Amino acid sequence: MSTTEVLAIRSPAKIAWMRLRSNRVAFYSGFVALFFVVTAFAAPLITRLMGLDPTVQYSSRVAETGIPFGHFGGMSFSHPLGLEPGVGRDLMSLLLYGSRISFTVAIITSVFSIGIGMVIGIASGYYGGKVDAVIGRISDFILSFPSTFMIVALSIPLTQRIEATNLARDNGARIIVLIVFFVIFGWPGFARLVRSQVLSMRERDFVMAAQSQGASGYRIIMKELLPNLWPTAIVFLSLSLPGFLAAEAVFSFLGVGVQAPASTWGLVLSDSVGYWQQDPAYLLIPSIMLIIVVLSLNLFGDGLRDALDPKSDRG
Amino acid sequence: MSDPVLKVQNYTVEFWVDGTWYPAAVDMNFEVEAGRVLAIVGESGSGKSTTAMGIMSLLATNARMSGSVKIKGTEVLGADNSTLRKFRGKEVAYIFQEPMTALNPVYTIGFQIVETLRNHFDMGPSEAKARAIELITMVEIPEPTTSFDKYPHQLSGGQRQRAMIAQSLACDPALLIADEPTTALDVTVQAEILDLMRGLKSRLNSAILLITHDMGVVADMADEILVMKDGNTVEHGSSDQIFNKPQHPYTQELLGAVPKLGSSAQRPFPYKENAKPAPVIKLENVTIEYPKRGRIPAFVAVKDFSLEIYPGEIVGLVGESGSGKTTVGRASIGLLPIKEGSINIVGNDISKATQKELRGIRRHTGIVFQDPASSLNPRLPIGESIGEPIFLAGLAKGADLDRKVEDLLNSVELPRSYRNRYPHELSGGQRQRVGIARALALTPDLLIADEPTSALDVSVQARFLELLQDLQSKLNFACLFISHDLAVVDILSHRIAVMQNGRLVESGERDEILKRPKDPYTQRLIAAVPVPNPAEQAVRRAARLASK
Repeated sequence: MSTTEVLAIRSPAKIAWMRLRSNRVAFYSGFVALFFVVTAFAAPLITRLMGLDPTVQYSSRVAETGIPFGHFGGMSFSHPLGLEPGVGRDLMSLLLYGSRISFTVAIITSVFSIGIGMVIGIASGYYGGKVDAVIGRISDFILSFPSTFMIVALSIPLTQRIEATNLARDNGARIIVLIVFFVIFGWPGFARLVRSQVLSMRERDFVMAAQSQGASGYRIIMKELLPNLWPTAIVFLSLSLPGFLAAEAVFSFLGVGVQAPASTWGLVLSDSVGYWQQDPAYLLIPSIMLIIVVLSLNLFGDGLRDALDPKSDRG
Repeated sequence: MSDPVLKVQNYTVEFWVDGTWYPAAVDMNFEVEAGRVLAIVGESGSGKSTTAMGIMSLLATNARMSGSVKIKGTEVLGADNSTLRKFRGKEVAYIFQEPMTALNPVYTIGFQIVETLRNHFDMGPSEAKARAIELITMVEIPEPTTSFDKYPHQLSGGQRQRAMIAQSLACDPALLIADEPTTALDVTVQAEILDLMRGLKSRLNSAILLITHDMGVVADMADEILVMKDGNTVEHGSSDQIFNKPQHPYTQELLGAVPKLGSSAQRPFPYKENAKPAPVIKLENVTIEYPKRGRIPAFVAVKDFSLEIYPGEIVGLVGESGSGKTTVGRASIGLLPIKEGSINIVGNDISKATQKELRGIRRHTGIVFQDPASSLNPRLPIGESIGEPIFLAGLAKGADLDRKVEDLLNSVELPRSYRNRYPHELSGGQRQRVGIARALALTPDLLIADEPTSALDVSVQARFLELLQDLQSKLNFACLFISHDLAVVDILSHRIAVMQNGRLVESGERDEILKRPKDPYTQRLIAAVPVPNPAEQAVRRAARLASK
């Protein structure tokens, strides 16, 4: 290293970015994850460019038994991932449109439950006492709730309520209900994790050192505590994103979430289970996609955590 | 039989890290006979603990050992696990530094001793219990039968260390390996434990391998000394040789760095007795209480404490652990609320100040903490940590702030490039320099230094104390220097205050306290400090035992 480089002041964020760049696995995983997200949100554009439509039923390409003609579930130039058995919709456009909904639900719920959990967890751990007691009981209450039954039971009336306000219709309303429920039941777990970390950190001398320099509570939280909480948040995020992807699939399967003709990865997967012997490609393709997305998110999360941790090797 | 208990020849320990073998101890040769004490001394990282742990193959799996280690004539290096198990505990027993972690918190000490006994001998439960109580009596824990059923947390630090010793003596080991056995203890307790170990050595005729960094402890215990540095044997000889005629420059340097009680001249006072300036800090009848929490009753940590510190003066606050000295230090800058009395800093009464006023007052104060590893935010580069107080005070921003940070790094003799480093990339001494730089960032009128050197090696400590003195004479701040180490306080302070159980026992000019202590507690404290000179230490020991 030359002297000028040594003397350059590097902020923690810059150092983290440098390290992330040098971690190949994480960097490429990040690209893969980003690729999926971009294609998901560009779904209408891509399908139009390819001359496909998720609602068109290509029934001429499907046998009477419901199985598409050709190899691997009817793969061809015009249908790169084959066709859906039965009605014969194009699988690629189904997955593209489906990922749009799945990712939206997973990203929004993860970000919101982590954001809320972070704020509440810090408040609970840093201020302690009555604040902590009240927050603790509320999160106990939520965690002890039978959330699955609650979502199944209340989603229909709530969907109707939302439709009545003209905020959203059909699937839109159902998605909003799902997201709200996921967030309500999602934050307490993370808040607890943050609280316990803040509790142990608050006793460390560096927090007292900041206090002795005249730092305000807000400054201590932002400058001293938050940088130490990012790794937890990132690990939690990389675990909860695939978790919410799966949860959305489960509830769509149960008939509470998104309904046909719209599609999500969960719906496609649950549908494909019925055809796994006659048309294994129909099950394999979405499964492999899901594995790639989850894996790349996890690897990227790991890399990001290492990059933010000054104690890991400096690439 | 003239076979030594432990005979180590051409013994080398290496660690496999990142594709290379790193030597931790190189070509060691030493032996210990029954009834003798060999002390291995060295600073942290010199390989002394590794050497000791390797003798019984207690190292991590990435370690490799070569050479020969014979215990009573039997080769144990490379022996299989079942052979080693027979030796561990029975022939070779360890005493560790921290008895709280070395004892299992969920079992009574009696159970743990019985466990060791029944593991090695064919013994019935009642027989083992009788023997355990005998051992507990031998290590002089009060009320042996009741103490048998006590859990580690119910005992004091000294008693825990005694329990550890009782456990390690359970099988009459031929060799006792004591790894920093008194480092975690107060001086008066340390003196008692050393007395106990000396008594046991002559009674049981065991060989003792003592690992320590404390030259005073070495002078007190050792017959023979081996000095280690960076894994190499630097010097090996009798206690008399090493202390009185050290050959190797490193040994000389090490001995020179050890602060000696009563060896430095009284520092001139920065003010005249009859024309005292206004005190920087004035504590009047301060009482500090940790409030009741649930079923835990309120605890009075400091009672009726008064002290004044004048500009440019260093006051040493000494006392044993739990005496309330850290509490006084933290309350002095308003980090802890006080229950009664008043604390006045440069004319502001902080006991009545609001949070906002307090923040302003704190600009006049700085604090250096004991543990440099914990007092710096692990996720902030040290430049940010040092700049934080300046930024908070609104004194500088951007390039201005960067320059100030670099000046501060210069003043504590750290390279400017270190500003981008994280705390874990620095050594303990360097981290503590960062702590000082941060505390002095706002050129405070008052510096609280809370045991800043207790985590440092002696040679590092010596340099650190020099630096602190330099800075103090340059910047002329008042300083409350909290320490359990009388020799360190001796070097630095103009005046000394002694605390015991939350009360001020005695305070006055340095020489008054150290040379003519009036209070019996102060006298005991001074008598218990081991001095790094075997002959003198023997005299002090005799005097201490006679006064009992």
